[in-house]
Formats: sequence, structure tokens, C-alpha cells
Amino acid sequence: MNFDKELDARGLNCPLPILRAKKALNELTTGQVLKIVATDPGAIKDFEAFAKQTGNELLSSAQAGTEFTFFIKSK
Amino acid sequence: MSQKKLAIIATKGTLDWAYPPFILASTAAALDYEVQIFFTFYGLQLLRKDVSGLKVSPLGNPGMPMKMPFGPKWFRGINWNIPNAIQSIVPGYESLATALMKKTIANNGVESVENMRMFCQEADVKFIACQMTVELFGFSHDDFIDGLEYAGAAKMFEFAGDADICLYM
Repeated sequence: MNFDKELDARGLNCPLPILRAKKALNELTTGQVLKIVATDPGAIKDFEAFAKQTGNELLSSAQAGTEFTFFIKSK
Repeated sequence: MSQKKLAIIATKGTLDWAYPPFILASTAAALDYEVQIFFTFYGLQLLRKDVSGLKVSPLGNPGMPMKMPFGPKWFRGINWNIPNAIQSIVPGYESLATALMKKTIANNGVESVENMRMFCQEADVKFIACQMTVELFGFSHDDFIDGLEYAGAAKMFEFAGDADICLYM
């Protein structure tokens, strides 16, 4: 998937991946896509909830081994 | 949709209890909440310029696991169940527990209290310090970080009265 910015949140724990993602999204314009890679096992539920509450669309969420990858479209 | 509001009343001044207000406040801010924290009584410790003196006490806290943040896995897994009576007479027990907790925090990719507080301020979380407690405990405004508002209980209710969520911790 194409993306405009990538955030490496590996090794970070709650709530840092969310805080960093919010910051990164603020730097994007509407429609641009942020890719996030995280290792926090709570990240899947957290990014779903984050997207639902902020209106930034979660395009995809995938797990490969211990890593989670998310694509979020900036509102 | 109007902006949601979260009001937090922070009353504890220990290393472990420094986290819940700052974690919840910064997360809520990231979820577009307007957030205010009212720091009162021991909660004022969380606003001091230097928070390196915050400690955690396992004494009288049976919910706190005492595990070593180093060594082989089997060793880390041991819960050092030390009776209160012994904890209370060992000099430096609290400092030891605090050092171990700080190491555990660093090992687990959890941010320092200082940085969590900074993230809150960066995200426009408003900090209100209880002026009455400042005087009661003999603090001066110089002891605290910049960007605070000093006020009383009525100021807390002004915001909390309209808040969607109000947490006392």
C-alpha cells in the first residue's frame, strides 16, 4: 500500500504509539496515509479505537510475527 | 460534534501513581478531548521541576509484584514476597524498590514521568495546581514547572462540571 509517512513505533509501549501517531497525522494533509509499525500487543485494539474516535480512517491492520502494521488515512 | 472533555483530579505523589493521570490525559488529548488535570495534595509532587525524587513504596501495597528487572528469565519470574514487618525495618527498602521499578519501566519501553508530562503539555492539557495545598505544604511557585495555573476547588468544578468524564486518582 502507498503511504506518505512512516512511523516506527517498535519497542514503544502504551500510550506512546498512539501519541506519536497523532503527532505524525497532524503533519499530514487530508487524504495522506500514515504507515505505523508497532510491537505493542495492545496496538491492534488501540488503533481501531483511535481511528473510530478521531475520524482518521484505519485502512488496514496486519500482524506478521511480533510486528503489527497499520495504515491510517488522515482526515 | 462538540469536543469531549476529560477532567482528572490527581492526588497521589508516588512514582507509580504519576503514570495514570499523565497516560490518560495525553491519550485523551490524542483522541481530541479537551483535558484538564487538577493537582491537589500529594499530586502536586508531579508538577515539581525535578521529579526524580518520586518514589514507589511496596510497604502496605500487597498488589505490587516485587520482581527483579535483570538476570535470567527464571530469576525475573520470582515474586519476592517480603512481609511488611521486614520491609519497614530495612533501611533504604523504598529506594531499592524505586530503583528496580525505574529499571523495569525502562526495560518495557514505558516513557519517563517527565516526558509523559511534557507530552501532555505539548498536547495542550491544562494543568491546575491547588493553591491551598501549595501553601499548606510550604511550596513556592518556583518549585514547579512553568505553564501552570494556580487556583482552587471552584476552578476545578468550572471545568469538571461540563466534563464528559471525571476521574479522581
